[in-house]
Amino acid sequence: MKLADLQKIAEQEVDFQRAYKYRINVCCSSGCMPLGALKVLEAFEKAVKEFGVEKECKVARTGCPGTCSVGPVVVVEPGDYLYQNVTPEKAREIVRDHIVLGLPAKDLLYSNEQFFKKQKRLVLRNAGKIDPYRIQDYIAMGGYSALVKCLATMTPQGVIYEVMTSGLRGRGGAGFPTGQKWSLVARAHGSPKYIVANLDEGDPGVFANRTLAEADPHAILEGMAIAAFAVGAEKGYIYIRAEYPLAIQTLQRAITQARSMSLLGNNILETSFKFDVELRLGAGAFVAGEETAILASVEGRRAMPRPRPPYPANSGLWGKPTLIQNVETLANIPLIIMNGGLWFSKIGTPKCTGTKCFSLTGKVNTPGLIEVPMGITLREVIFDIGGGVQKDRKFKAVLVGGPSGGCIPETHIDQPIDYESLKNLGAIMGSGGIVVLDDQSCMVDTAKFFTEFCVDESCGKCTPCRVGLTKIKGIYDAITQGNGRMEDITVLEKTSVYIRDASLCGLGQTAPNPVLTTLRYFKDEYIQHIKDKKCPAGRCFKTKEGEQ
Amino acid sequence: MSALTVKLKIDNIEVEVPEGTTILKAARDNGIEIPTLCSLEGLTNYGGCRLCLVEVKGAPKLFPACTTPVSAGMEVITNSEQLREYRKMTIQLLLSERTHVCSVCVANDHCELQSLANKLGVDHSIFERNWTRKEIDSSHDFLVIDRNRCILCTRCIRVCDEIEGVHTLDLKQRGRKAEVIMDLDEDWVNSCSCTSCRKCAKVCPVGAIYIEGEPITRTKNKDVAEFILTRRQRK
Amino acid sequence: MSAQEKTRVATIWLSGCSGCHMSFLDQDELILDLAKKIQVVYGPLVDTKAFPENVDVTLIEGAVANEEQQSLLKEARAKTKILISLGDCAVTGNVPALRNAWEDSAKLVLERGYIENADVNKQIPTEVPGLLEKVRPLHEVVKVDYFIPGCPPSASVINYVLTELLAGRTPNMEGRSKYG
Repeated sequence: MKLADLQKIAEQEVDFQRAYKYRINVCCSSGCMPLGALKVLEAFEKAVKEFGVEKECKVARTGCPGTCSVGPVVVVEPGDYLYQNVTPEKAREIVRDHIVLGLPAKDLLYSNEQFFKKQKRLVLRNAGKIDPYRIQDYIAMGGYSALVKCLATMTPQGVIYEVMTSGLRGRGGAGFPTGQKWSLVARAHGSPKYIVANLDEGDPGVFANRTLAEADPHAILEGMAIAAFAVGAEKGYIYIRAEYPLAIQTLQRAITQARSMSLLGNNILETSFKFDVELRLGAGAFVAGEETAILASVEGRRAMPRPRPPYPANSGLWGKPTLIQNVETLANIPLIIMNGGLWFSKIGTPKCTGTKCFSLTGKVNTPGLIEVPMGITLREVIFDIGGGVQKDRKFKAVLVGGPSGGCIPETHIDQPIDYESLKNLGAIMGSGGIVVLDDQSCMVDTAKFFTEFCVDESCGKCTPCRVGLTKIKGIYDAITQGNGRMEDITVLEKTSVYIRDASLCGLGQTAPNPVLTTLRYFKDEYIQHIKDKKCPAGRCFKTKEGEQ
Repeated sequence: MSALTVKLKIDNIEVEVPEGTTILKAARDNGIEIPTLCSLEGLTNYGGCRLCLVEVKGAPKLFPACTTPVSAGMEVITNSEQLREYRKMTIQLLLSERTHVCSVCVANDHCELQSLANKLGVDHSIFERNWTRKEIDSSHDFLVIDRNRCILCTRCIRVCDEIEGVHTLDLKQRGRKAEVIMDLDEDWVNSCSCTSCRKCAKVCPVGAIYIEGEPITRTKNKDVAEFILTRRQRK
Repeated sequence: MSAQEKTRVATIWLSGCSGCHMSFLDQDELILDLAKKIQVVYGPLVDTKAFPENVDVTLIEGAVANEEQQSLLKEARAKTKILISLGDCAVTGNVPALRNAWEDSAKLVLERGYIENADVNKQIPTEVPGLLEKVRPLHEVVKVDYFIPGCPPSASVINYVLTELLAGRTPNMEGRSKYG
């Protein structure tokens, strides 16, 4: 395969797609599947035949457009008409009204226009638009042209320079400058070098990486190949959790397709560049997403983090230089190569460029997977994209950053979202989980819930995380059962700060965030629990019978 | 061995050590004591107990002295108010994690956890103790493991794997549920890989693994791993 | 020094073996110096029935295992300026707290003691103070000012802490507080 061949495939595919006047994209990702997406897909195919429009209307299975709460969802192009809660019966209606009569079935359309208006979809550029099982679909959207550009016209240093210029920072949560990481690995001594793509998305309520892998697997592979070219790696692993069967299947297919078109393997695009990718399945540990734990797990050992230094850039997989990147970071790379680092650096804020995917959940009207430019405010995310709090209840707090994120109250939600301002608020970017809480949520109970999660997920290697979190959980149990003492607040605070400072890895260092932020912003609720034995939200002090 | 040396300051004392030396070794070689539990000369460093955390000037986080190599111009502080407070916290947590009752423990007066508590002035624990009923395995002829006293330092696992080379011991479960097991969680007597070499009992810092009928003073031998390694190198 | 000017010291024996009190008495000749400065106003060594008012220092041995002990401890706290946990049982729970590993241990130990292991007249007594669900160290029940761990704590450490306190200084336990 050569550049010309790739262009030919793209042109053919575009022509093929243009032949259709309409395209019906049926979301068949993990969100819509259990709701009967495949039956809907079948119904569309049947209806198109039934009405005799199969020549002008293409029915495609695609990934997720993001509105996971109203699945199965279907997008009709042109015009991006998004239909919600589609059933096989409704599918027939949509074909009849929209395709045959040209009148979109208004009462079935998704209602929150703001949901898409305020988003900027770069990473998820193809999500819900292309068939993830067909590499041609990806190529038609310009896929793999960035890899071609690198191999044909750029040097590894040039690629790293572009990534540095872009200002892209790691999307796994810590926000380390990507270009800097690449240049560290490129300069590191040792061979072979490895790339590990992190798709171990273990946070409850977070599904951005899964969606990306299910909707646009080739974007990840292309990003990896470019990274491999830049740092001089020949082998890459995608570390994906075994609980994502559809994403695994999709990625596996994508890898096979890419190999067959010599976009992976030896002599990629007839150059001397070789790079291959293998999947590694994680067996259900949250901590395995930590970068040194991932390395241990890929090597086949127990997923336990180790202290750094040595950093993986110098000594990673089997002691060799290793680049570890979140898949969302990697999916940005083809765009940066195609459009230039400068173009990317103008998106978002100067210190925090680009976009970020967030899994917006909790008590909002229109939850789902969103991608927004850095610098957008939490208020816009919650009240515009999310459509406000469900049932017009009062907004209380938003938990940003997954189980080890921070609870941010209304007074602070006008801050722009970026790594630094979230950190100042006591939260983290983390894996991009946003959970909105209304006045029925008890902040003490919320902090307890997330602490329990981290207690269960602690690997047990270091004392602060293993024992410290367990003790914090014990104090929460006492407080929420009416046995709290005022001294407990001090102990909680002291222990949390200690766990944050003394823990070995990111899990322990961030696990106390829910405790610290609820103590910072909602201390009065703790005092109410301890002194008056009252839970304003009515969640705590429940006896076995459920009576308060 | 590298002839290159690195100059750094530890607690304001100028020291010079070979490149690649850990902060812990650099400090100890120069008479500066840093408390440790999981670290043991001769075994790979683990970095788990967090007792040896030190401050490095200019760095926002704390570093475990046992795994962090020195670098030129580094300024290390090993004994600040905050570090002492954190070490006390670590000891309190370890003491309150499982059932540590010194007065009825086989390792009483020969226990590293106990002596560290003493040295660091941990006279009580702000944390409620957790009284556990984990399994005691005394099926082996003379080796006994009382998991209620285990602090999960994994010295036994590492000595079994790295020095004896059999890897009978390992961990099962994770977090607070983690336990040291033999083979695939067999009773010790049924372990087909255990060579009964006793090294696990020798390196156990507490009374979790001990030898039945042998005085603890004879069992405990922290230097066993380093001793064997040195002998191996000499041959 | 008259009795009024002496520091009023009380000692209490909760769930413990009395070893800490033995250690207290084991201060040898040093106890003579101490005796010049303190007056023991309550404890198993003296014959006062009720816990007195205005106690300066109370040394308490043993963990809190039953209701009577709990109320005595609270009373002592209310009437004492400086309260000291003496020995491992008071500081950690120690051996008496080993029963905490069982759910409803209070019931289990009574059954074990009075029914399973009894030869005659098997019954659980009802006219004694009820056992608490969990045996606790003192500081989980009341505020404790100083801790002297040890099983028993050595006489010299007891003497050190008291001497420091009598001199108006804060004892430094680093290197002195040995559990077990």
